Amino acid sequence: MPTLSDLLQFLFAGLTNGAVYALIALGFCVVHNTMGIVNFTQVDLVSLGGMFLYSALFLLGLPMPLALLGAVAASALSGALVERLGIRPSRSDDHLVLIFLTIGLSVILRGVMKLAWGKNRMAVPPLTADEPIRLWGATLLPQILWILLLTGGAVLILAWVFRRTALGLCMRGVASNPAAAAIVGIDGGRIRMVSFAIAGGVGGLAGALVTPITTLSYDVGVLLGLKGFAAAILGGFGSFVGAIAGGLLLGLLESLAAAGLSSAYKEVIAFGILLLVLFVRPTGLLGKRKG
Amino acid sequence: MLRIEGIGKHFGGVPALSDVTFRCREGWTTALIGPNGAGKSTLINCISGILAPDTGQIHLQGLRLDGLPAHRRPFLGVGRTFQNLALFPRLTVLENVLCGLTPQGEPSMLRSLLRLPATRHRERLLRLKALEMLDAFGLTDKSQWPVSILSYGDRKRVELARALVSEPRLLLLDEPVAGLNAEETARIGTEIRRLHGAGLTILLVEHDMDLVMSVSDHIVVLDSGRAIASGTPGQIRSDPRVIEAYLGRMSATA
Amino acid sequence: MTPRDKILYFLRLHRTGLTVWLLAGFLLAFPALAGNPYVLGISNLIAVYLIAVIGLNLFIGYAGQISLGHAAYVGLGAYGSALLTIHFDLNPWVAMAAVAAAVAFAAFLVAIPTLRLSGHYLAMATLGFNIVCHTVMTQWDQVTGGPSGLAGIPPLSLGGVSIDDEAKFHYLVWSFAIVVLTLGLNLARSSLGLALAAVAQNETAAESLGIQVGRAKTRVFVLSAVLASLSGSLFAHCFTFINPDSFTIFNSIELVTMVVIGGLGSIWGSLFGTTLIVLLPEFLHFFDAFRDIIHGLILVTVLILLPQGLVSGLRDLLRIKLLAGRNNA
Repeated sequence: MPTLSDLLQFLFAGLTNGAVYALIALGFCVVHNTMGIVNFTQVDLVSLGGMFLYSALFLLGLPMPLALLGAVAASALSGALVERLGIRPSRSDDHLVLIFLTIGLSVILRGVMKLAWGKNRMAVPPLTADEPIRLWGATLLPQILWILLLTGGAVLILAWVFRRTALGLCMRGVASNPAAAAIVGIDGGRIRMVSFAIAGGVGGLAGALVTPITTLSYDVGVLLGLKGFAAAILGGFGSFVGAIAGGLLLGLLESLAAAGLSSAYKEVIAFGILLLVLFVRPTGLLGKRKG
Repeated sequence: MLRIEGIGKHFGGVPALSDVTFRCREGWTTALIGPNGAGKSTLINCISGILAPDTGQIHLQGLRLDGLPAHRRPFLGVGRTFQNLALFPRLTVLENVLCGLTPQGEPSMLRSLLRLPATRHRERLLRLKALEMLDAFGLTDKSQWPVSILSYGDRKRVELARALVSEPRLLLLDEPVAGLNAEETARIGTEIRRLHGAGLTILLVEHDMDLVMSVSDHIVVLDSGRAIASGTPGQIRSDPRVIEAYLGRMSATA
Repeated sequence: MTPRDKILYFLRLHRTGLTVWLLAGFLLAFPALAGNPYVLGISNLIAVYLIAVIGLNLFIGYAGQISLGHAAYVGLGAYGSALLTIHFDLNPWVAMAAVAAAVAFAAFLVAIPTLRLSGHYLAMATLGFNIVCHTVMTQWDQVTGGPSGLAGIPPLSLGGVSIDDEAKFHYLVWSFAIVVLTLGLNLARSSLGLALAAVAQNETAAESLGIQVGRAKTRVFVLSAVLASLSGSLFAHCFTFINPDSFTIFNSIELVTMVVIGGLGSIWGSLFGTTLIVLLPEFLHFFDAFRDIIHGLILVTVLILLPQGLVSGLRDLLRIKLLAGRNNA
């Protein structure tokens, strides 16, 4: 029988993972809303965030706050480059083709990372000192607090951008009706590039925050990213609130199930839940039912 | 032949059709007219099974159609064309028309994999049939073209050929001449009259009044989801309700 | 008709069948030409992959669906064959058939809920299924041998002759591959193949022509899973050793790459795509570090320039050129 402190421990772990999944899910949703496709390079933008943080700290010797900012900015730039160099040259509007295109780009990105940073696992230090905090018998790494805090901050900034700025208005316009948006003079190409940059930014932030807890390697983002995708799907793909709820739900369920059953089958549980949800509600938990 | 009884359809609370009732007589060309948004395409989609009506019944020769899945209806003799064309762009003209022959018997997976002489023979017959149909539409020369490179008028005719190749008893035409020039429109008009002469029952949705008046035996007018009038072209032309609801509004916007 | 016309007509009419015979003839002589077991090993690998790739192409290229988890079915075939022959001493042929039947049933069960999904939901469901299968293969070590896998899988034998060297294996796997290639070509040319293409290009129109969209998708999905399972069984008996690393989502993506590069909806394209991707590492020995990048670049370039894949794309371009030329003349 798990004690209260054990439960609390799992709750924290679940929330932390959930927050990371939620960030990644947001990245998937932003691109999906402007282009209608699944952007599989999202998973590598997560790895890139960790890689850039590592390089900023140890290669450039930047202090942590600057390094984190730099890592997020560099990931955002990478996202924009992926759109400009990889997606835009294709004039196809066939979703199947575009999805395969992002898969191809994802393979390239992993190849580049392997070349630039090597195949070995690396360690990234956490944002602040590693002294665990004790809370009702559970131990809590400061990094976990940072993850929750910065994820919350990022979500608020995104919400502000989408609701209060002209750019956000354009993005919502393209999302709801691309043809009409083009007629009123919104540059669809620029909006798509911005959406990729945002995807890169949130993905990079997720990677930079989580790699001190996991480890860093060129493919660390794959499983994390796919769980972010799963979270987005759980939340109904496209809705931001859904993405956040889906992320937290997936993180908590995964953590509690791992506690109750077996941590070796964590992945089976996470994706098993997802498959079950899809079979019962093909449009996700919070998604709209088809008419 | 076709009986529409009290059909109603809502889209998220907005009524698209309410209590529409009329009949299409065997061998007649019945036209369904009305202003944009009157619910004409919705009704066609209910008959062909793409949409399920909320209320009412649809009978074809005494057989109840509503409730049957869309893919069953071609087997019962319902053929259709689409308002904005629904061809298979990467297939050739011939292949598109061959797809229309599905009701002539669906092949089993095993037979298709093995391609036994009997299967081959059957497919050759289907091919001949499709080629005959293309010949009737003057499309023989273009049978090997992918439809994506055809002109709009040719595409409309390919779609008509595809709908006709399975020899339907009821043909639903959703704006067959929309977007066509005068010459192409006349060509489709001739085609419709030819089919009418051959005894086919046709339900035609169309905005082109000249075409409607010249080919139909009977006209039903829809306005805001309700059937407001029906009668012969002569009657409709002089019906004050129709002029008010439809022609009046058209001349007002024109 | 002059005799020359007759010959040309015969060639045109039977071009597909003749090409298959030509390929079969070449493969019959190949071991004598190659003479090097290493080369044969690579060509055998092409055959094993080809079986799965043709199945996947029927699902992706013809029926227009998406699967990012086909390596799971290859893995189920491989593990099924290995377990049945190692633990239960079953005849490998019987095991192969039994596993294929079981995978067909499993795929059918998966298909019912999954194929109602479209686009990204289908992509996620297939990916998820692959990850679940891979995790079970890695974690359930009492049965699957865990990350180190299973060794000592007995070879197949035919008429008392054990198929245990590359040359014998060549004849076995390529016989399978040629049969599958022929079946695939047959299906593609049949009305059913046409119906699949119709489903891929416009579901509503297909449905209103009488095509049962759901049933068509399910049938081709089950077929592709069975082919993947066969490919896995052959893989297991060919290498007599398997581990979970061969059945990850990355392998699924590699299978998709083979389909896409060769051409969506071209069976011959699958042969080309598979050959290219299997051979590529052999040419890129010196560029081992660049392998992934080159892999990805090829996929991306093909998708940007010829979205329907190399073989189908070039075929379509040529066809349109020819027609345009004929029209101007």
